[in-house]
Amino acid sequence: MARFATGRLLESLIVLGAMSFAVYVLIGLMPGDPIDLMISGNPRMTSEDAARLRALYGLDRPLVERYATWLLSALQGDFGYSRSYAQPVLDILLPRLGNTMILMGLSLAATLAIAIPLGVFAAVRPYSPADNAINLFCFAGISMPSFWLALLCIILFAVKLGWLPAGGMETVGGSGALDRLQHLIMPVAVLTVTNVGSFTRYMRASMIQTLRQDYIRTARAKGAGPSRLLVGHALQNALLPLITIVGLSFGNLFSGALITEIMFSWLGMGKLMYDAILGNDFNLALVGLLFATAATLIGNFLADIGQVAIDPRVTFAGREATQ
Amino acid sequence: MSAAALSQRPSRRMLRRFLRHRLAVASLLTLAVLGLAALSAPLVERALGVDANAADLFLRMQPPSAAHPLGTDELGRDLLCRLLYGGRVSLGVGLIAAIFSAIIGTAIGLVAGYSGGIADRLLMRINDAVIALPLLPLLIVLAAVDLGKLGVPPPVAQSEDISLYRIVVIITLFGWNTVARLVRAETLALRQREFIRAAVALGTAPRSIMWRHILPNAVSPVIVATTLSIGHIILFESTLSFLGLGIQPPAASWGNMLTNAQEVIWSTPELAIWPGLLIFVTVMAFNFLGDGLQDALDPRALD
Repeated sequence: MARFATGRLLESLIVLGAMSFAVYVLIGLMPGDPIDLMISGNPRMTSEDAARLRALYGLDRPLVERYATWLLSALQGDFGYSRSYAQPVLDILLPRLGNTMILMGLSLAATLAIAIPLGVFAAVRPYSPADNAINLFCFAGISMPSFWLALLCIILFAVKLGWLPAGGMETVGGSGALDRLQHLIMPVAVLTVTNVGSFTRYMRASMIQTLRQDYIRTARAKGAGPSRLLVGHALQNALLPLITIVGLSFGNLFSGALITEIMFSWLGMGKLMYDAILGNDFNLALVGLLFATAATLIGNFLADIGQVAIDPRVTFAGREATQ
Repeated sequence: MSAAALSQRPSRRMLRRFLRHRLAVASLLTLAVLGLAALSAPLVERALGVDANAADLFLRMQPPSAAHPLGTDELGRDLLCRLLYGGRVSLGVGLIAAIFSAIIGTAIGLVAGYSGGIADRLLMRINDAVIALPLLPLLIVLAAVDLGKLGVPPPVAQSEDISLYRIVVIITLFGWNTVARLVRAETLALRQREFIRAAVALGTAPRSIMWRHILPNAVSPVIVATTLSIGHIILFESTLSFLGLGIQPPAASWGNMLTNAQEVIWSTPELAIWPGLLIFVTVMAFNFLGDGLQDALDPRALD
């Protein structure tokens, strides 16, 4: 177990390292130049001043050297400053990370709370009208462009009916738990609808597979009733593959959260990164992207470890063989 | 299974199984209609006597009329024409990027699965990483990259069609991995079979074995995965276009039409309906089509 965990951790770190370089290079390729942006507000700057600044910030050195310098200070916890906020990047990022976690966590909880019963319900009566209706609903969710669904929700609930706020985290001035809750409803709902379809389908497939197994037949032969059969015998095993799916879907979930945050002006990581990319705040974009990557890798890692820890059938050698 | 069913040719059986998937058949028809409509965009434009990209501020947000069957948008442009041109972009980008991804993915999957070893392990690790990454932020950064800094000459980097090519390239960059994984798995399984061993024993070159013996057997999963991926690609393209990083105006795409609609959402919410509905219907149709093909092409499926 410990060896497996160390190996997977090492693997994740390698991926994170490779990503940090790739993202560093990419951010360097974004339009605009940090020094140009810096001196654009100051007409008295000469080109000699610009060159001096360039040397001061090390921008005249080769890419790999700049990356090494950046990495070294990042490893010591110094991620630099944000241009547009004039604050250390971490001070801006961490509260935003918390907001994204709230959004993603609530949505994931809602998704599972809907997907698991719905998937089981469909699996027990395959190809029945109810199963077909659930399947249709799943496909609709998977095919739904989340930004359009968000727009429709805003049109219906904010513009036409006026029931819910169109965006933001809380009403300016007035606040309180209820107000924050109202602001959460639409973002969480939109994110949930776009994710619940695939989870339900996974749950259904996993349950159908489990119900075909011999031990279920044995339990039935021994007189276990339908509810005991499902909840007591089948559900536990059918849920196992879902752990992996949840772990692998963190990246996807983050992408969905990004759109949702932009649509509803939810002050999370996704919106922060998007604004940073569009606003030429290179450092903030770089660190934000790396944090998002690290968060997804941690999610994957935990799911892998969880799978091995919970399911005695999954051996460490077995994971290598099955892809 | 009756003797009659056994004697039928496999292609017949596939067709019958596909036709039984009513949603997939309906999807195929829907896509055919949408495709034809998108292709006929210039004809419709000429028949109506309008220019899809020409703004007319006196005709802003008109209700449907004889001259403009679906009304006009926030700049007075004909909504129907823009929807049709947008369909060309979405369907075109979806098809082309999916086909590129399938070709590259098949090649990588074949080579990795057949040769094994370090190349295979490296590929699978890359694959794992790509699946796990937060894709959309990465796509956004890639879409924002300044092509001039990559050494693309300015006339090319600033041409009107560049956003189209760029989006195809970006999506292909991340799109090959599903097909590669499927083809690799199929190749690994086939490599152990007698007919492949016989071919090896006969001294057939590896390239020929991959091309003539393995590839034809791995085609079904590739077709299914490619069909399903078109839906995903259209979603990504419209999302990027919506965020202002994909297809650039004045050219229409379903995504960027929604960007503009969002700005007038308080006065004319109707403008947000059509482009989104078309994205939704198209993506859903490709998903159902893929589902139907999966049922039809699975050789292990019983009638």
